Amino acid sequence: MTLLAVNELSKYFGGVKAVDGVSFGVDHGEIVGLIGPNGAGKTTCFNLISGLLTPTRGSVSLLGHSLGGLAPYYRSRRGLARTFQNIQLFGGMDVLENVLTGCHQRQEIGAFRALWPGRGVRRAETRAEERARELLALVGLAERADFPADALAYGEQRRLEIARALAQEPRLLMLDEPAAGLNSRETEDLMTLLQELRERGITLLIIEHDMTLIMGLCHRVVVLDHGQVIAAGPPSEIRRDPRVIEAYLGREEDDGDL
Amino acid sequence: MSAYFLHLAILGGIYIILAISLNLIIGYAGQVSLGHAAFFGIGAYISALTSLYWGFPFLLAALSAILFSGVCGLLLGLPTLRLKEDYLAIVTLGFGVIVDLVFLNLEITGGPDGLAGIPSPRILGLSFRSPVMYLFLTLFMVLLTLALTYRLVHSYHGRALRAIRDHEVTAQVMGINTPAYKVAIFTLAAALAGLAGSLYAHYITFINPESFGLHTSILALCMVVLGGMGSIAGAVVGALALTVLPELLRSFKAYQDLIYGGLLVALLIWRPEGLLGRGKLSLKFISRE
Repeated sequence: MTLLAVNELSKYFGGVKAVDGVSFGVDHGEIVGLIGPNGAGKTTCFNLISGLLTPTRGSVSLLGHSLGGLAPYYRSRRGLARTFQNIQLFGGMDVLENVLTGCHQRQEIGAFRALWPGRGVRRAETRAEERARELLALVGLAERADFPADALAYGEQRRLEIARALAQEPRLLMLDEPAAGLNSRETEDLMTLLQELRERGITLLIIEHDMTLIMGLCHRVVVLDHGQVIAAGPPSEIRRDPRVIEAYLGREEDDGDL
Repeated sequence: MSAYFLHLAILGGIYIILAISLNLIIGYAGQVSLGHAAFFGIGAYISALTSLYWGFPFLLAALSAILFSGVCGLLLGLPTLRLKEDYLAIVTLGFGVIVDLVFLNLEITGGPDGLAGIPSPRILGLSFRSPVMYLFLTLFMVLLTLALTYRLVHSYHGRALRAIRDHEVTAQVMGINTPAYKVAIFTLAAALAGLAGSLYAHYITFINPESFGLHTSILALCMVVLGGMGSIAGAVVGALALTVLPELLRSFKAYQDLIYGGLLVALLIWRPEGLLGRGKLSLKFISRE
């Protein structure tokens, strides 16, 4: 069944067509890669889906319900979570608090009741904390719980962002270049983590330049170039697709112009 | 206890409430407000007017002040909190000036002469005319404010507010309804400032627009910055320090503002996070319950 449906999505910045009529879908339990050269419109797509940008045209729907016009925080409640290409942690908080912030919308305690000290409130907070610690253990940051978030190493920050997004208990997790800036060992760790997520049945939409990661992990790959989908299919096909090779490497006769 | 000491303690208590309320906006939600004295003034005038004209007893007058200030905060917050920092600063600054002008020009507020003869509080037949009794009343309200804000910033709301302060866009993606939070915290802060205003009016028993102008907004801001943004204990220390300091500097009357400004500049250079700013040891052991 289709979880996420992106239909004829477009975003123009003045005369620049950053995203131009993009359509694709993500099924339950599927891992879809979104690839393409720099400036192809991948992150813009993410921003449109998560509601940080308003599309010029087109629609996004989750489980058949349109997300049109919904603010990002309502989309998060419907089941969308994401990470950012340039890491966006809450620097003033420690690692555990960052993950707890991800639990925000799953609060069992009402807004006013939270102000009244009581056993129910404390218990809910303890439960949230247990969950947060589990997630930290999952991403391998259990020992870092009390560290200030901005004191973590780069690769750890990336994993913390993933833990924080998972705390939202999303139906669809969107990762924007999770391997960017990681060394090869960190990338391997990330691979293992994403495979673990796949086994848990979490649906993933991943933007990534690391082809080993994309080819090894994804069920399906969507290729963007100049804001348009130029190819879509399983990794084995995408790898051989002449249009994809052209988009990445350029045509032979173009070489002279450079 | 000398009468002078009592006077400072009561004023200090009132300013603690004002500083804590402003700290919610600035230190926790990360928004700017340069017109907070307007809510302080609205609270003072509403409390004074309802007791003078309608004979409201103190508690009812204070409640009216809290509600009315809160509604004013809500009405100002709804359209303006979508603005970014510098624009919000200008709007709140303008609001402060406008409210001050309204106090100055309305007939019912007594114009520049203000309102005199505001009755001392009387609760359940108990008179709070004497400074000692008034200190108790003020302390009670301070404790109430402290308890409320402590619960607030240590609940998941506090986390949401700090998320908004750190990264508003990311907070939204986390499912935090940032506009609702900002408006709510602005409303609460305005309501608490109204309470402070009510306490002020019934203590001094005479109010005029002078007490609620830009000067007072800046003073409250200084208390928050001095004590440390995002720290309840900081707001308390900042409020007490800036209540006592001017008194200590009184003998240098002509140089008072100069020394005052110099101290603030020195603080901003050597301790920009304030005396008890967040993330410091002094705060850690308080916030860890």
